[in-house]
Amino acid sequence: MRSDRGQRAPLGLKVAAACGLLFLHLPILLIFVYAFTTEEKSFVWPPPGLTTQWFAVTWNRPDVWDALSLSVRVAAISTAIALVLGTLCAAAVSQTRFFGREAISLLVILPIALPGIITGIALRSAFSLADIPFSFWTIVLGHATFCVVVVYNNAVARFRRTSGSMIEASMDLGADGFQTFRHVVLPNIATALLAGGMLAFALSFDEVIVTTFTAGQQQTVPIWMLEELIRPRQRPVTNVVAMVVVLVTLLPILFAYYLTRDGDQIAGSGK
Amino acid sequence: MTSAVSFKQVSRHFGSVRAVDAVDLEIAPGEFFAMLGPSGSGKTTCLRLIAGFEQPTAGSISIFGERAEGVPPYRRNVNTVFQDYALFPHLNVLENVAYGLMVKGVGKAERLKAAEEALSLVRLPGYGARRPGQLSGGQRQRVALARALVNQPKVLLLDEPLGALDLKLRENMQEELKSLQKVLGITFVFVTHDQGEALSMADRVAVFNDGRIMQVGTPEDIYQRPNTRFVADFVGSSNVLPPDFVQRYSGQHRWGSLRPESIRVSNATSGDGVAARLVGTNYLGATTRLALDAEGLRLHAVVPAGTALPAEGEAVMLTFNRESLHLMDEPA
Repeated sequence: MRSDRGQRAPLGLKVAAACGLLFLHLPILLIFVYAFTTEEKSFVWPPPGLTTQWFAVTWNRPDVWDALSLSVRVAAISTAIALVLGTLCAAAVSQTRFFGREAISLLVILPIALPGIITGIALRSAFSLADIPFSFWTIVLGHATFCVVVVYNNAVARFRRTSGSMIEASMDLGADGFQTFRHVVLPNIATALLAGGMLAFALSFDEVIVTTFTAGQQQTVPIWMLEELIRPRQRPVTNVVAMVVVLVTLLPILFAYYLTRDGDQIAGSGK
Repeated sequence: MTSAVSFKQVSRHFGSVRAVDAVDLEIAPGEFFAMLGPSGSGKTTCLRLIAGFEQPTAGSISIFGERAEGVPPYRRNVNTVFQDYALFPHLNVLENVAYGLMVKGVGKAERLKAAEEALSLVRLPGYGARRPGQLSGGQRQRVALARALVNQPKVLLLDEPLGALDLKLRENMQEELKSLQKVLGITFVFVTHDQGEALSMADRVAVFNDGRIMQVGTPEDIYQRPNTRFVADFVGSSNVLPPDFVQRYSGQHRWGSLRPESIRVSNATSGDGVAARLVGTNYLGATTRLALDAEGLRLHAVVPAGTALPAEGEAVMLTFNRESLHLMDEPA
């Protein structure tokens, strides 16, 4: 809201705002700078020299590729599951009235409100209770819990804006349920699903806490990074990977923001 | 002759709410039929029963002789113009109109041609490339109409189609709908809460209250000869007269109704008539509406503008022709 448009902000406010933004983003810039440092054992400021050799080193490290591949696969599958379940759930909650509707709506959102560590511990004890060995699918399951919420929130907001009589109009004009979904529902929620899906992908890609409880010995990119920090060897490789992760997660979120900025906000992006 | 729409003892209950309760209804082919009633009276539920969005709890519905219970909306040869128009925002106007033909598998060239023709029919030729969001309310209304008509329905359902339009546009649309219906010969079923609209457009009107039909008849029947107090009051705000009052003038102990425009107001203080006192005047442009108090009975009279009026609080004498006093069937 711009209540007093045209009035200039006082200098003090500008400085404070600038300091706030710098505080938020300078550390990220530091990560980028350290990716080019010649010092490999510890992070010293200023960097003694600049080099691009770490990009080549990173490229040739199989553990980086393994972690990256695992993360991408987990994020992709979790997002796919979330898209299906989140959309179905949103459709049910926003298009019909039934007993327990509010409760279901709350239960769906709960995983994102709960601290990740609780979700993680709960899943881990559930897995061991059911004798399920850690695998790719246990990670996917853990990630799907919060990915579903993100898709659900986006889809529900869009469904609310979509007139319910549109679906009736489509049926009235001779379209059966499938045709109505294909020609009316899907085109109207597509951008919301794309936005929700990309956000879900980004969340899954950098998730640490739930993953540590559900991954066993497998390493996703963030877990691999944590391990790298403990074993100091070719440290700037971590920074190179960090840069890649920032780009991989930032671009979808930006894109999602532009897709949905007219109207509904990207609900749940605060996780 | 087979009725276009036939209801036999149709009920639709939502839990304990009887939205439609044991309704019998016959709508003739080619008829312009209005369902009139206050909100919550069951008229819209009746429309949705015909469209197939609701299924009857009891009773049977047939459309041109075919049983309609259990038939989904997309297999009925009936189309609806929705109250909020329900145009598809992601399609342009032409695609919106062609939608029904598209899902039925009509080829692209053919369906776009038919859609273009339907747009000409509603006097919107050349608007095909626009988005629904770029149209005015009246234009959207026409697109919704074209989108329904392009499917050549046997019955066209209109759910308060003029409710969102301003007065001038509404009057134009009323005439246009009526002439369109004459040209096409399609049965129109029209839901409205506006009695003026129902009276001016429909061949026959059904007045709904509390899920039941109170009276079915031509606009003149409904207006001049209401059979219950509800109809008399709802259609044109007639004066409802209690049995004791009616007995004095007609000799029968029955409820009566008297149209406000049938009452003449004079300054005379003696002679034949009902002695009353003027308690308020309401200027309506072409007419003036008078609120009168006849020994505790509140009456309304409508007189042409320009009539010399007594001052408020003055005693007046009311007269009316005996034949204007309509006796209702409703038991006293």
